[in-house]
Amino acid sequence: MVSVPGGWDSRESEGGRADVQRPRVARRVLAGAVVAVVAAGVSSALAENGAGGTLHPVPSMFAPVSSPAESIRELSFLVAAISAGIFLTVSGVLFWCVWRYRQQPGDDREPPQVYGSNPIEWAWTIVPVLIVLVLFLATARTINELQASEVPENALNVTIVGHQWWWEIRYPDLGVVTANELHLPVSSDAAKRPTYLTLESQDVIHSFWIPQLAGKTDVVPNRRNLMWVEPTVTGTFLGQCAEYCGTQHAKMLLRVIVHEPADFESWAASQKGASADAAAAGVDPAIAAAGRAVFERTACINCHTLDGTNADGRFGPDLSRLMSRTTIGAGAALNTPQNLRAWVDDPHQFKPGVLMPAMKLDDAELEQLTAFLLTLR
Amino acid sequence: MTVLDEGIARPHAPEHVSRWVTVHAWATTVDHKKLGVMYIASALVFFLIAGLEASLMRIQLAVPNNDFLPPNTFNRMFTMHGTTMVFLVGMPMFFGFGNYLTPLMIGARDLAFPRLNAFGFWLFLFGGLLLYFSFLGGDGLYGAGTAPDVGWFAYAPLTGRAFSRGNSTDYWILGILVSGLGSTATALNLATTIFCARCPGMTWSKLPVFVWLMLINCLLTLVILTPLTAAQVMLLFDRFLGAQFFDTQAGGSAVLWQHFFWFFGHPEVYVLIIPAFAIASEIVPVFSRKPLFGYPFMIGATVTIAFISLSVWAHHMFVVGLSASANTFFAASTMLIAVPTGIKIFNWLGTMWGGKIRFKMPMLWCTAFIFSFVIAGLTGVMLAIVPFDWQLSDSYFVVAHFHFVLIGGLLFNIFAAIYYWFPKVTGRMLDEKLGRLHFWVFATGFYVTFGTMHFPGLLGMPRRIYTFDAGRGWDLLNLICSLGVLVQAIGLCFFLWNVVRSLLRGEPAGDDPWDAWTLEWSTTSPPPEYNFESVPVVHSRRPLWDLKHPEDPDWKYE
Repeated sequence: MVSVPGGWDSRESEGGRADVQRPRVARRVLAGAVVAVVAAGVSSALAENGAGGTLHPVPSMFAPVSSPAESIRELSFLVAAISAGIFLTVSGVLFWCVWRYRQQPGDDREPPQVYGSNPIEWAWTIVPVLIVLVLFLATARTINELQASEVPENALNVTIVGHQWWWEIRYPDLGVVTANELHLPVSSDAAKRPTYLTLESQDVIHSFWIPQLAGKTDVVPNRRNLMWVEPTVTGTFLGQCAEYCGTQHAKMLLRVIVHEPADFESWAASQKGASADAAAAGVDPAIAAAGRAVFERTACINCHTLDGTNADGRFGPDLSRLMSRTTIGAGAALNTPQNLRAWVDDPHQFKPGVLMPAMKLDDAELEQLTAFLLTLR
Repeated sequence: MTVLDEGIARPHAPEHVSRWVTVHAWATTVDHKKLGVMYIASALVFFLIAGLEASLMRIQLAVPNNDFLPPNTFNRMFTMHGTTMVFLVGMPMFFGFGNYLTPLMIGARDLAFPRLNAFGFWLFLFGGLLLYFSFLGGDGLYGAGTAPDVGWFAYAPLTGRAFSRGNSTDYWILGILVSGLGSTATALNLATTIFCARCPGMTWSKLPVFVWLMLINCLLTLVILTPLTAAQVMLLFDRFLGAQFFDTQAGGSAVLWQHFFWFFGHPEVYVLIIPAFAIASEIVPVFSRKPLFGYPFMIGATVTIAFISLSVWAHHMFVVGLSASANTFFAASTMLIAVPTGIKIFNWLGTMWGGKIRFKMPMLWCTAFIFSFVIAGLTGVMLAIVPFDWQLSDSYFVVAHFHFVLIGGLLFNIFAAIYYWFPKVTGRMLDEKLGRLHFWVFATGFYVTFGTMHFPGLLGMPRRIYTFDAGRGWDLLNLICSLGVLVQAIGLCFFLWNVVRSLLRGEPAGDDPWDAWTLEWSTTSPPPEYNFESVPVVHSRRPLWDLKHPEDPDWKYE
């Protein structure tokens, strides 16, 4: 495996990296399947350290790293154990009947005609009722434990707004706005810090799902849903929209980067203040300035917000710190200079049907605009 | 038993009659048997179309980052696949078998309203054709989209004018609405027939289980189609008259649509599966050579299922953000419905226990059904565990679960029913050797595809995505799922070949090839247009058992 920062991307994976990764994942997954439900650990140890910490490419619900997901796994083990018991009993009886009571060759006599038995009927009514009662009590307890109601004092508040087909992420207390990549502080016994997510939608129904952190909650227009996560492990975790939301539902991906508390603070600080920095980006300031002019005179400003310019559109992601993100197009491609240029040229080659139009810029303008975008860090 | 003159008994047109006369006779028929066959045949055609759509999706998902289908085409495929399978395959199969068998089983000459019956069939068929016409006409004036791509559940506000331009969503609404009117007509007709046209002696406690379940199913259908039709009309108002029921940008509610839709949608699953229960409840006893174990409990369990199914709909909405108390209530009702369902499985096992089971084709399929349905039921209980559902909902685990219900449950029993009643309908047996090939190949393919499909869901793969990235643990699993489809397709070819071959030169069946007990086996194969020369009189649930065993008749014990 290669240590590309956050290295997982559709275009790259046609190269060697995926070939290295695929068989390993496959074997682990198969093993998981054989041990039936216990697929825990499939996703845990599968990456190396990059900018976003350890990348966990397999979003298995059996490798939880956050309190709600852990509770759900515990409950699912109970359910799986009961189900396995019922399955073995009932299918055992079925196979016994098939084997023991199949017609013997030459035996054409009718068997004794039995019409039923009330005691037996009551027995196999009451036993399932009791099993259901146990399952119900366990379920009710976990619902009340997990379903978010009041937000604790020490919680981090984040607002997630679903769009066709990307995620707007706002930290109202920190004054930070970003997209598609949710940064969170880790919570430990010493310093508990859950995150409460307020979910809203700009257009249609989406669903916010990071299996390793928590179950999913729908993102419904004209409605505000609340959910919480409490990650206990640092690293990068993957998820994606789980409610069909139109053409590019498949490429509405999410990544969550869990930091140590201090790292989280410095990330949040880096998301504020002046953004365009040609020197740090290593691009020619003159070209970047020309790119800025291209940006300001084209339709970019209708849909995107960019601090320090007249662009205040809300239809597309905030571009103020574009280069601090690992991917573009809600995970459609890695955020590299080449991909960025190709994306601006025609985003449909990465994400057919995306609502951003191809901007029809000539090569010089493309170069200038890309140079300018590269300064946004 | 009635023995009839061969010339009258066979409804086939004589040789010298021109083909157009035959077509005309079928097109204008009000005979419940012809309409039943037409329902089943149309359903089979729609089944092949929807199967093809599924295969295209599985080719697209066989490998990561595939570009076999563009995203919109993929979205149309899963919309049309789901809509077709539910409304144009599952429902007409129910009405087809109900139509053909109900009058024969209760000793009647036809349904109560034969013309209404024909009307219901043609509404269904033209509703289906209207839906498929969208592939040509869905562009409308906007040039946007062809077939509907909003999913079979058509969640608002994706179906609103703002997000679904063109007319494809209108084709979805109107096609389903029209075929739904047909379903209402036929459900009413069948229920009336069962109430009013039973032969002398056939009291409620002597009604064949199949007919009992058809009755319950018809009543359930009448209750649930209303909210669907209402919601579809409201959606039409939104789209054409500027109403705002579901228009969230104008203050409408997206969740309201889900309540309407699932108040129809979940009982609908039972409307699809109860005919399967009905079929198994006829076939398992005949091939175990014992009466159905616990007849009153089987009926009671089905009535209970029908009632509870009206109060479980929000288990499709556990992730929508309902209150904790609502989630707890719907978890309880959903788990509770597992109890009567379990009772049914136990009673089939009780029927097999102590029998002398003949593993002919119908019984093989029913046995496989019981096994698959145990799995489907248990994964269903998992989905009722609300917090577990927060992970599983809208993942491939759900897709695997309901395909175990609808293929392992419904389709396996439809195959069983076709092998069982084909001799009655055509007068010819289906071939056992080809049947066994069909069974083993198809069932293997089914388990490969849908058994495997649970696991990508557990590993976080959502439904309805047209592609996925490599290296997320889903690659190999998806490839296996797709290969299984190929195996199923081969199995299906054996079936189709068997049907065609047996129609042309299958072994003659005789009136009662399975040594069965219900009234349809007392008339000729195929039955004459009037079914019975004289109205039969019954004394027990198994009239033909009484005839065959005058020394030990059932009515002594019932």
